[in-house]
Amino acid sequence: MSKLITISPSPHVFGSQSVGRLMYGVILALVPALLVSVFFYGMGAIIVTLLSIGFCVLFEFLIQKFILKTEVRISDGSAMVTGLLLAFNVPSNLPWWIIMIGALIAIGVGKMTFGGLGNNPFNPALVGRVFLLISFPVQMTSYPVPGGLNTGYVDAVTGATPLGIIKEGLKSGLSISDLMKEVPGYLDLFIGKMGGSLGEIAAAALILGFLFMLFRKIITWHIPVTMVGTIALFTGILWLINPDKNADPLFHVLTGGVLLGAIFMATDYVTSPMTPKGMIIYSIGIGAITVIIRVFGSYPEGVSFAILIMNGFVPLINRYIKPKRFGEEVKHG
Amino acid sequence: MLKTFAKGGIHPPENKLSAHVTILDLPVPKTVSIPLSQHLGVPAVPVVDKGDAVKAGQLIAKSEGFVSSNIHSPVSGKVVKIDKVPDTSGYKKNAIVIEVEGDEWIETVDRNGDLINTFDYSREEILKKILEAGIVGMGGATFPSHVKLTIPRGKKANYLIINGVECEPYLTADHALMMQKGEEILVGTMILKKVLDVDKALIGIERNKPDAIEHLTRLSEKYPGIEVYPLQEKYPQGGEKQLIKALINREVPSGGLPIDVGTVVHNVGTAFAVYEAVQKNKPLIERVLTVTGKSISKPSNFRVKIGTPISDVIEAAGGLPEDTGKIISGGPMMGKAINDLSVPVTKGSSGILILPEPEAKRKKIDPCIRCSRCINVCPMGLEPYLLMSLSQKNLFERLENEKVMDCIECGSCSYTCPSNRPLLDYIRLGKVNVGKIIRSRK
Amino acid sequence: MSSVVLFTIVSLSVLGVLSAIILFFVAQKFKVFEDPRIDQVEENLPAANCGGCGFAGCRNFAEALVKSESFDGLYCPVGGNETMEKVAQILGREAVAQDPKVAVLRCNGACDFRPKTNQYDGASSCAIESALYGGDTGCQYGCLGLGDCVDVCNFDALHMDPVTGLPVVNDTNCTACGACVDACPKDLFELRKRAKKDRKIYVACRNEDKGGIARKNCEVACTGCTKCFKVCPYEAITMNNNLAFIDADKCKLCRKCVPECPTNAIIEIGFPPPKIKEPADVEATDGKTGPAETIMKESKESINNKEE
Ligand code: SF4
Ligand code: SF4
Repeated sequence: MSKLITISPSPHVFGSQSVGRLMYGVILALVPALLVSVFFYGMGAIIVTLLSIGFCVLFEFLIQKFILKTEVRISDGSAMVTGLLLAFNVPSNLPWWIIMIGALIAIGVGKMTFGGLGNNPFNPALVGRVFLLISFPVQMTSYPVPGGLNTGYVDAVTGATPLGIIKEGLKSGLSISDLMKEVPGYLDLFIGKMGGSLGEIAAAALILGFLFMLFRKIITWHIPVTMVGTIALFTGILWLINPDKNADPLFHVLTGGVLLGAIFMATDYVTSPMTPKGMIIYSIGIGAITVIIRVFGSYPEGVSFAILIMNGFVPLINRYIKPKRFGEEVKHG
Repeated sequence: MLKTFAKGGIHPPENKLSAHVTILDLPVPKTVSIPLSQHLGVPAVPVVDKGDAVKAGQLIAKSEGFVSSNIHSPVSGKVVKIDKVPDTSGYKKNAIVIEVEGDEWIETVDRNGDLINTFDYSREEILKKILEAGIVGMGGATFPSHVKLTIPRGKKANYLIINGVECEPYLTADHALMMQKGEEILVGTMILKKVLDVDKALIGIERNKPDAIEHLTRLSEKYPGIEVYPLQEKYPQGGEKQLIKALINREVPSGGLPIDVGTVVHNVGTAFAVYEAVQKNKPLIERVLTVTGKSISKPSNFRVKIGTPISDVIEAAGGLPEDTGKIISGGPMMGKAINDLSVPVTKGSSGILILPEPEAKRKKIDPCIRCSRCINVCPMGLEPYLLMSLSQKNLFERLENEKVMDCIECGSCSYTCPSNRPLLDYIRLGKVNVGKIIRSRK
Repeated sequence: MSSVVLFTIVSLSVLGVLSAIILFFVAQKFKVFEDPRIDQVEENLPAANCGGCGFAGCRNFAEALVKSESFDGLYCPVGGNETMEKVAQILGREAVAQDPKVAVLRCNGACDFRPKTNQYDGASSCAIESALYGGDTGCQYGCLGLGDCVDVCNFDALHMDPVTGLPVVNDTNCTACGACVDACPKDLFELRKRAKKDRKIYVACRNEDKGGIARKNCEVACTGCTKCFKVCPYEAITMNNNLAFIDADKCKLCRKCVPECPTNAIIEIGFPPPKIKEPADVEATDGKTGPAETIMKESKESINNKEE
């Protein structure tokens, strides 16, 4: 043999999964929701999405190449996922420069300052979104009304989200039964015909993405199911206590980024706990905080904050919630 | 659902290329080199000298202490040297090199192939025969069998488990052995049952070997107390702890032995070796192994004399392919890559696997994305990502608390990691270091 | 409005003062008496926290120094005699001077001399490679070249030479803390007594194989031929397991052994170029630039050292 043979410790065969495959899987799972958004919000959705992805990838490239001077790893798709998710969390009429700031914060502050992929404690897309929400509250909460494919970009007609309508209405003393007439019906909520952030509206499409990711074993059921379940449970209890002041659980689950958050944001590998038990605790926390913000807080929507808050607890959860070790308790029989 | 173990596990492509190939006898090589340490424990001590003539089956090295094993000459010939020879690790270890001359056997060995299925030796006699024959665990762990069969005082075995799982991809030696020596394995099992004084022996076989399951189930009707259980395919079901969990749903406690939950596990190959030792007085001087690989022209199962150079075995399977990238002694998950074809077959060699060039290389290491796949597949309920980083940082105390010593080195974590992180490499290092600390404490 | 502000300020100040008082008493009550000399001693230590003294950090070492009766077995290799002298003054004790040392790598198996026999493809760590394999050359004793030693060196005294694939010690930076000695799984580093002008003569090989085998796997291996052993006038060379070893304490750096070595396994560093070197030897060294020769060019003079 002319060439040298290789030696290495075992194992000698490996699975076919890779970071890139996982990330592109997530992107694929997001496509249906994107299509629905384009259908309702027209060009704006496409422009915002492309800008956001473009800026995220660009900033990641620039930071890796010129500031950190490390290996450029934009091809692993993680910056693309961040960009896509950031776009999904903003209104489809957001001006380009705000998107750019959002991407810079998401990638620069949310991800790279901590050492890049795998080290960031907070979901970068959410860091970007929350920053924008606080800095540009007007632009970030003037949601275009679904107007079909020809809806313009920045000049789109805007309106409130269903959750916003309810919140404002309750403040001015109206009851839920009155307000329910003003918000879209359940079918519309399910297919996504409502005002809201670009990607959060299409319940059906998001669930499709969830099933796809489950099937491809990209994520497990724990976080989405527990989180949605917790929100439904708590809002359900409130609803049973006083159906006049609280919307029903189905409404809560279908509106505001609950599904987007549960399926795509909270499940982010890096910022969620490592063990199934930890994941369940984490998503119960997110659910509970979301409901508290929605019902008692001043924002109509609380998923982003809830996820970020629970992200902060992840290291603690990882430290103390351990998988069940084999042979821990001796069973007989 | 068929039985299997509860937590973790993977199912790599099986690639059992030689599954239905009949076991062939490999011709006796010209020289054999027999390492003195082919088992776990203290190396054996040579009882022959350079220049001595030896017969096949003759004791050439004596076990040194309880956890050690006798070694016999697999051939007749002359001892040409007792010297350091590289073993599979590339380190040189002491070995006895014998040049083959003629084919003389010691008289006691019964070389007739007929089945003898009755025996009436006492437990002590059987144990003595097993000890003398130098039998070790044939699944690859090479733990001296007599040690496992000596039940510590105060403990009692209620089950004997025979491991016919062969969950490693590619390997088929046990499968072939079960098909061709099924009855001998069952007699061996009866003998082991007697030694352990148990009523029940369970044979676990994964369902990817339906013919073996069927064959042994049929044969076992004649042997009271032996039951064959089909198992779902899942790696590392062949690990003792996982097999016990799968078959009788008991968990060996951390740091414990199977006997702590009332079982003893032996491999089918060991059962066969026990049969030969007890019924035929034949010491452990040959074993069945698989030679396989996608570009090997004739994937085969051979019965090979211990000490045969691996190059001879590969030659018999059609020679080393052009695109060879890695040569592995054992299976692809737990086997050892070797760099020298002159290393000998030992008691623990279950197979030789040739991986072609592109498959031989590891992929680029990416940062951990904390996807928790490694945790999900770890059959021992450990957190490989954490163990790796603790090991890199030399945090031995935490490593110990995180139960690094429980790792069975199955490699499921490294197999699964999408970032191709060398998890097991570092965990193994951590185990070595923590092991040293634990030992120094005593 | 202003009453609210006032109230806030007053209540916060009261709370602040209260907690300060509580903290003060708690701190008094739980104060542990610490020998003030520990701090003094610590100030004089190099604060490298390298563990070269065998303790977890400089503070632990300072504690040990203060507590123990004598300086037996307590020595800070980084600070050296000077530091130990100062510490001795603080504690009113006698410092025992030790010879300063420097790390040397006892392997010269650069890629040119030692052909690879396989490719190692596991995690990049010498400890991991060596736990499972002899290495990627025929020599199971030699340097693996993955740089575990470079990783542990706190003083920037080691770096990998990309040409030879071997680590190179920077004598100026090396403090002889011994981190590399512990890190090298092949035990190739030795702390040798520093000689004048950092001269050294040592056998850069640890191969215990028989001569022929050693030579086959590495051109510059010590074959155990005993030529140097026979020529040494000071009995500084010992032969063990087919391997020569030069004792730095006995070696007078006379350089007689160097030309004797048929494989150039004995390395001399820091000496002027040999005046009357036989052509044969010049040839042997020419053309191949091992680390020894490279360094030799840098330094004008010679005579060397050893360890203890
Ligand atoms: S940590 Fe050990 S037992 Fe767990 S999967 Fe990895 S190798 Fe197997
Ligand atoms: S499988 Fe790999 S990437 Fe995933 S958590 Fe484990 S080490 Fe990290």
